[in-house]
Amino acid sequence: MAAETRRRLPLRVLVLLYLGLLVLGPVAMVFGRAFEHGAGQAVSAVTSSNALHAIGMTLLMAAIAVPLNAVFGIAAGLLLVRGPRWLRTPLGAVLNLPFAVPPVVAGLALVLLAGRTGWFGPWLETHGIQLLFSWPGMVMVTVFISLPFVAREVVPVLREVGSEQEEAAQTLGASDWQTFRRITLPTIRTAIAYGVVLTTARAIGEYGAVSIVSGKIEGKTQTLPLFVENRISQFDPVAGYAASVVLAVIALLALAFMIRLQGRKEVQWQSKP
Amino acid sequence: MADAALRRSAAGTAPRPRAERRRFAGAGLVGGTVLWLSIVVLLPLAAVASSAFSDGFSAFWHAATSPEAKAALQLTLEMSIAAAVFNAVAGTAIAWVLVRDSFRGKRFVEGLVDLPFALPTIVAGLTLIALYGPRAPLGIDVAYTRWGIFVALLFVTLPFGVRAVQPVLMELDPDVEAAAASLGARPGTIVRRIILPSLRPAILSGMALAFARALGEFGAITLIAGNQPFKTEYASVFISNQIESGAQTAAAAVSVVLLVLSLIALLALEAGERRAARHGG
Repeated sequence: MAAETRRRLPLRVLVLLYLGLLVLGPVAMVFGRAFEHGAGQAVSAVTSSNALHAIGMTLLMAAIAVPLNAVFGIAAGLLLVRGPRWLRTPLGAVLNLPFAVPPVVAGLALVLLAGRTGWFGPWLETHGIQLLFSWPGMVMVTVFISLPFVAREVVPVLREVGSEQEEAAQTLGASDWQTFRRITLPTIRTAIAYGVVLTTARAIGEYGAVSIVSGKIEGKTQTLPLFVENRISQFDPVAGYAASVVLAVIALLALAFMIRLQGRKEVQWQSKP
Repeated sequence: MADAALRRSAAGTAPRPRAERRRFAGAGLVGGTVLWLSIVVLLPLAAVASSAFSDGFSAFWHAATSPEAKAALQLTLEMSIAAAVFNAVAGTAIAWVLVRDSFRGKRFVEGLVDLPFALPTIVAGLTLIALYGPRAPLGIDVAYTRWGIFVALLFVTLPFGVRAVQPVLMELDPDVEAAAASLGARPGTIVRRIILPSLRPAILSGMALAFARALGEFGAITLIAGNQPFKTEYASVFISNQIESGAQTAAAAVSVVLLVLSLIALLALEAGERRAARHGG
């Protein structure tokens, strides 16, 4: 063995052992436990009506939260880079806040706003709008906790690219919207895609905030992560592990997308003049 | 106005920041985005702060330092700091291997490092309890103990430690190390006096991010911790229990403490980054 490799080996082995024990082993165990009693049981556990409802709920959360955060993320990114200078620091700070807030606190905030004794509680009740223990409130906290990703991806690209092309387009008579659609948007496309993948993974995986505001009602306000917790604490491990496998597969898909888009991001950087 | 833009671009005298003028800061965009962010981000946080101090500062302090709250906060703080420090070491080691070593399957390892970032926290907790809980195949059972919490925090904060250090390590100039070696420095010395100091800002920033992340963790620890008050009850679990029993003010008080701690960590991080940028980092 070359001396170089001999020197590197101890650290390499240590690191691989650490990752094996901390990440690979546990994740493999979940797959193993899910199919412990055969694939049939796992599949039927995950296609029960409660499970299917939970999957639907999770997809609903993502379907609403991700486009909202994408649109406002792009807007916020544009403002942050091209907008008035005085707005930059406060805007940047507000955009970072969801990262500093524990998810259960986000849930608490909605309870304080929309609960029966909350700021808007009475008003909501008079108008027959129910946010807590139903999907609208769940969507709102999901939006909160997954808010910053698109903006954060878009900002460095906008900064790097600069606005000369956009200004040129405007002098040639393009409207704001045309300029955005045909000049700005193509340059931030990969950043948006990457941010959307991160937002989606985060929205799908959310547990703490949603567990507070949803009431965890089986068949009504359970997302898939809540379903997992419910099944495990109800001593139904097959269903819990099987549902976890579904979530893990989604996470792996998201990871695959992230890796592919990361490659494309680097190419974009390298091809700059 | 368009002519002025053309003239300035042509003159090429305007420094770059000034060239990025307010192309899209139409009142609608500013107003709409500010309104949206105020409603979605600021309003909820205002509600939490307001509830925490609704009976005055002493009531807030009383709630935040009640025996159970204090135990939960202490556990959370200790565990988060421990996880951040451990991750600083582990993350640097992992980043080192990813950057300086090469072997088959390295790309797979890169994916492993990012997995905790993509995996739902409840699944993370379940994976750990599967391997290190009751029915533990390896004979290690850390369920319902503080070690269980520690392991769960290591899992969720893994990417922060590595990803903070890795890019900086990639940028290090190997010539400096080669020069030191040619002057007779042993590898250990090179690491200690050349590499680690250059990595210090990145390691610290990874620690700050890991710390802030660990403070608020809920999903990954809730299954493995057992959540016994005064023993293994994490702050987020305490908050959740308080909400369930209707004690919203107590929940808000502890929430404010967590928020302040997170914000301090993130502000320190930003200040550190600004300082590094100014010193030509």
